Amino acid sequence: MPAARADRFGAAVDDWPSVRLHVVTGKGGTGKTTVAAALAIALAGRGRRVLLAEVEGRQGLAPLFDVTELPYAERHLVSTRRGGEVMAVSVEPKAALLEYLEIFYHMGRAGKILEKIGAIDFATTIAPGLRDVLLTGKMYEAARRRVGGKYVYDCLVLDAPPTGRITRFLNVNEEVVGLAKVGPIRNQAGSIMSLLRSPQTAIHLVTVLEEMPLQETADGVADLRRVTLPVGGIVINQVREPLLSHRALQDAVAGSLDREEVLAGLAAARLGGPRAGSGTGAAARGAARLQLLADGLIAQAAEHGMRVALEERGRKDLAALDRPTYELPAIPSGIDLGTLYDLAERLHAQGMA
Amino acid sequence: MNAAASPRALDVDALIDDLETRVIVCCGAGGVGKTTTAAALALRAAERGRHVVVLTIDPARRLAQAMGLLELDNTPRTVADVDTSEGGRLEAMMLDMKRTFDEVIEAHASPEKAQQIFANPFYLALSSSFAGTQEYMAMEKLGQLRAQAEADPDGWDLIVVDTPPSRSALDFLDAPKRLGSFLDGRLIKILSVPARAGGRAYLRVVSAAIGTATGALTKILGAQVLTDVQSFVAAFDTVFGGFRERAEHTYHLLQEPGTAFVVVAAPEPDALREASYFVDRLGSQGMPLAGLVLNRVHTSLAEGLSAERALAAAEDLGESGGHALTAGLLRVHAHRMRRREREGALTARFTSAHPEVAVVSVPALAEDVHDLGGLREVSGSLAKAAVAYGV
Repeated sequence: MPAARADRFGAAVDDWPSVRLHVVTGKGGTGKTTVAAALAIALAGRGRRVLLAEVEGRQGLAPLFDVTELPYAERHLVSTRRGGEVMAVSVEPKAALLEYLEIFYHMGRAGKILEKIGAIDFATTIAPGLRDVLLTGKMYEAARRRVGGKYVYDCLVLDAPPTGRITRFLNVNEEVVGLAKVGPIRNQAGSIMSLLRSPQTAIHLVTVLEEMPLQETADGVADLRRVTLPVGGIVINQVREPLLSHRALQDAVAGSLDREEVLAGLAAARLGGPRAGSGTGAAARGAARLQLLADGLIAQAAEHGMRVALEERGRKDLAALDRPTYELPAIPSGIDLGTLYDLAERLHAQGMA
Repeated sequence: MNAAASPRALDVDALIDDLETRVIVCCGAGGVGKTTTAAALALRAAERGRHVVVLTIDPARRLAQAMGLLELDNTPRTVADVDTSEGGRLEAMMLDMKRTFDEVIEAHASPEKAQQIFANPFYLALSSSFAGTQEYMAMEKLGQLRAQAEADPDGWDLIVVDTPPSRSALDFLDAPKRLGSFLDGRLIKILSVPARAGGRAYLRVVSAAIGTATGALTKILGAQVLTDVQSFVAAFDTVFGGFRERAEHTYHLLQEPGTAFVVVAAPEPDALREASYFVDRLGSQGMPLAGLVLNRVHTSLAEGLSAERALAAAEDLGESGGHALTAGLLRVHAHRMRRREREGALTARFTSAHPEVAVVSVPALAEDVHDLGGLREVSGSLAKAAVAYGV
């Protein structure tokens, strides 16, 4: 794990000082929601006011923070000692649309009529692309919201759709710009794209060191770069420390582990049952058990070695993407608020927030 | 896993050998090996004598290559190197969402109307970029394949489909209802009014509410966009009816006894939560569920030694010095046993919530599947597990 990089004030270096919109994506199962939550806490740890948002209606954030459900209203989750705060919201397309109509067009009544004739349903379900327009629009609104000339939120962290869908999701407003040559919706879409393309946005990708997620990460970075959206850092999640020495890993994969040595070790640990001298029958059974056990352990070591080798290759492939990387350990016991703080500290120490 | 929660075994061979099984739909959260499962089931069925076509949505590149799918062209292609000694065959295809959409339009609109639709900027966006279209088109393609299979007595007798990798993977179940409410709704009437009445005359004949709504739409979208939308809807009008009919047809096809849904999951909290959601959803829609395929299950090659004992032994060896290799191997073992226990507990939670669901587990492989050999290995475990499960 990279060492903590501390500046002279004792706080770790911040790799993304100008970023206000942190978009966190990743292949399903890589833990992007957990990383988004940890990143929000880490940012709040620097004293910032952070809005953590999910947009897929999965209610994935609620269990992490031990609350029953996130409503479509920004609610307070945690405060930090340095005056930071994490607020959270689960953005729901229909509510976002009605709110959007009210804020931008002052259309409370017409909004109701649109709902009555089914236009709202149409916009949010039949034409799911519009759903993405609304969700990104809501992010834009929250990022730009001011009270008394000051931004309400210093930062936004978006638990975004998965890597396979992220470019389409973020780039949807570009489509709108293409469709609407003039008019208010074009202006709106154009402003959202400007924010997303600006240095105020960073799109972080979460991966684990397995083949498919690594491939999707590489593809995702290429897709984002193609449409000139700003790729942020790469978070390698669920990292497990190798349990064997480098030499033992190599031998295990090559099938050349010292079986006699393993047997001697197992005997020394008295894992063969009754020791020699307690009767020849029992001793023979004990020896046979040890042989079986040794073979099982050696075969498992070979699989472990193959996995570690695969992970090493994965790290090299990620390095070729030329983005800052951050590593988080596997948490076998599951994530709760305590582990989230721990993960947040690790991200902070590595300079992600 | 404790005995009380031991689920019924999903007998994969019985499912694919049953000639009454005509469609197998694999669904589940993203990243659980859905496509691999679909391909493995299809391969096994073909090698056991079925004439199979497998529709994949977005296969990993190397898996696609293994099946000879080099381009996304909506055409089923024969997969080479399949064992055909039992008289079966395997064809595979990747869904081309835009082309499938085009085909629907062509089938339902006059040539000029079709050209109008194809040229409309909204159609271009809807058919190629907007998320969600994939779900509709996957089901549309399934309907087409099924119709083709019925028409040709020498054609496929089993269709295996993968579903799009999203939470909305079951959105296709809602498609007919949504399209219906849209068609019967007033929005489409409002949007089609100007095109029908010509010019602005409609303002005089429609109600004030509709005037307000149209005004609102103009205000939000701008006049040019509204005109585009209106001409799109007007041109699309004839197609929508056919669209709904087809969606309803496919929906009913899915409820037939010849269809089997296979929910795919991995022994992880999120994936199993999604699996529960799918199981409930399928149940409430009357869709026939064959069972759950649990991928990437970790096993141990030395089951008799508990994690606790292995760790204690490793510690003893560490203290006495020497035997570092054995101590390391014992730690590797302890990790595996722990993982196995966690997965067992998660699975038990699922099966006690859904005791009626048959389950089959596929052991985790050291590397991902990217050739037919790998697929055979997966399908072998799918079938073998049915025999060994619960023993």
